[in-house]
Amino acid sequence: MRGMTMKRSLALVTILTLAVGMTAATLAKPVTYTLPAETSTLKQTRDPGYLKAEASCTSCHSRDYITTQPPHKGKEFWAAEVTKMVTVYGAPIPEPDRAAIAEYLGSAY
Amino acid sequence: MLDRRQFITGAGGLAGALAGSTLAGRRAWAQSVTLPFTNGERPLVQYPQKRALIKLTERPPQLETPFAVFDEGPITPNDAFFVRYHLADIPREIDPEAFRLEIDGKVKKPLTLSLKDLRAMPATEVVAVNQCSGNSRAFFEPRVGGGQLGNGAMGNARWKGVSLKAVLDKAGVQAGARQVVLQGLDKPVVAATPDFAKALAIDHARDGEVMLAWAMNGADLPWLNGYPLRVVVPGYYGTYWMKHVNQITVIDTEFDSFWMKTAYRIPDNECACVAAGSKPDKTVPIARLDVRSFITNLPDGAAIKAGAGTLVRGIAFDGGHGIKDVALSSDGGKTWNATQLGKDLGKYSFRTWQATVKLPAGAHALRVRATSRSGEVQPMEPRWNPAGYMRNVVETVHVEAA
Repeated sequence: MRGMTMKRSLALVTILTLAVGMTAATLAKPVTYTLPAETSTLKQTRDPGYLKAEASCTSCHSRDYITTQPPHKGKEFWAAEVTKMVTVYGAPIPEPDRAAIAEYLGSAY
Repeated sequence: MLDRRQFITGAGGLAGALAGSTLAGRRAWAQSVTLPFTNGERPLVQYPQKRALIKLTERPPQLETPFAVFDEGPITPNDAFFVRYHLADIPREIDPEAFRLEIDGKVKKPLTLSLKDLRAMPATEVVAVNQCSGNSRAFFEPRVGGGQLGNGAMGNARWKGVSLKAVLDKAGVQAGARQVVLQGLDKPVVAATPDFAKALAIDHARDGEVMLAWAMNGADLPWLNGYPLRVVVPGYYGTYWMKHVNQITVIDTEFDSFWMKTAYRIPDNECACVAAGSKPDKTVPIARLDVRSFITNLPDGAAIKAGAGTLVRGIAFDGGHGIKDVALSSDGGKTWNATQLGKDLGKYSFRTWQATVKLPAGAHALRVRATSRSGEVQPMEPRWNPAGYMRNVVETVHVEAA
C-alpha cells in the first residue's frame, strides 16, 4: 500500500516535471510570468499625428489606455493628456509632435 | 510552499503551459462584454492564474472582475480578483528563495528579510476588501479621464501575513519617525517617470492591522495581485496596498512624491466632492473606503415573476466600521425595507445581505442602501470629483415583473 503511494507520487512528480519543467531540485529557481501578446490598436487615419502617436504613446503603455477613454472629449482634453505625459510622467515626446498627437487623438477619439 | 502548477515556467514548462493558455485565451478572445456606459466594450481575456476577466488595459495589465462573480459569495476567488498596475515594467521573474524585503531609513537596525524569515514570525489573518480608488469611474457624469472602470475593481479576500508593526518593531523605529514609504518590484519604463511608491503615517503603519501578506484565500498571492508579498491596508483604498513589496523605508519627513502629492487626492471636505465639472480648492490624500452596497443576483433589466416572491441579494462594505444595516427599496427609493444580513466575516469584509420582494406586473426600480456602524449612509445622488474616485451612490437595478 505504502509502496503504491510512493510509486504514484514518483509517477506524479515525473508527470509534473514533464508538464511544467519543475522538480524539487529546481525549487530555488525563479518563477516567471508571461503576459499575453498585446492586441489593442489605434484608429488608423491619414492624420499626421497618427504615426507620431503610434511612435510616442506606445513606448510606456498599451494603446487601450487611449482607446478606452470617454469618447468625444475633444482636442483640449487630449492636449492636456499629452502635456501630462510629458511633464508628469517624463514621456520623451518631441516638442513638435505634441500638438499633432493631440490633434489626431482629439479627432479620432 | 508554492503551487508551481499555477505558473508558466521556463524551458519544458513553457510549451505545455502555453498550449493550454493559448487555446483558452483564443476561446476567451472571441468574447467581450459591454459595460453600461459609452465606449464600454471590453474584451474578456484569460491571463495565467486567472479566469476570463474584463480587460481594461494590457500594458501594464488592468483587469476587472465580471460582476456576476460577486454573487458567488462574500469571498472573491483569487482567479477572479481584479488587477491594477500603474507602470509597465512589472516583474516577470521572481525567485522566491532570493526575494528580500528591505526595512531601512530611520530604524535602529536595518533589516533584510527573506520570505522564510517573514513566515517564521507570528502570522495574522484578516478578511478585507481591496477596492481601487477609481472603481466605477466610468459612471461619473460628466465623464472624467483615467481608467474607465465599471464596478469590478474591488474584491474581498482572506489575507494572511505578518503585521507591519511586528516587522517595524524588529527593526526598531527611531524617535521622530513620521511616515513609512512602501515600494514594490514594479518599475517605470522610462527613468523620468516617478516610480510608484506610497506612504502611510507611522502610527497607521504600526496599528497592528496593516499587514505584509503572502497568502490570499489560503494560497500564494496570484502573480498579478502582488506575488510574493503585498501590503494589506484594511479599510483603505487599494492604492496603498503595494504589490510585490520589497522595500519599506521609515522617514522623518512627509514623503514628497507624485503618487502622494499630486495623484490619488480627493477634495478636502466631508463628501470628498465638488460641483460637477469644478475643481477643489484644497485636496488631501485618499484614505478610507466609503460605504457601498450592490445587488448581485439580478442584472439591470432582469425579468422577474409578478406576484411571486423574488430573492434579492448582494453585498455591502465600508471603510472598517462594519455594516449596520442594508435597506432595499422596490419603488425607486420612496420606501425602504430592511434586509437580512449574512454572516459577519469582520468589519473590513464584504457583508452579504438578502431580502424577498413580491412585485406586481410592470417595471420597478430596486435600490439598495447600506448604513455603516458609524452612521455613514450612501447618498441617493452621485457625488462628483475630478479624478473619479470614491463613487458610492445608492445603486439601482431596473427589473420587469411579468
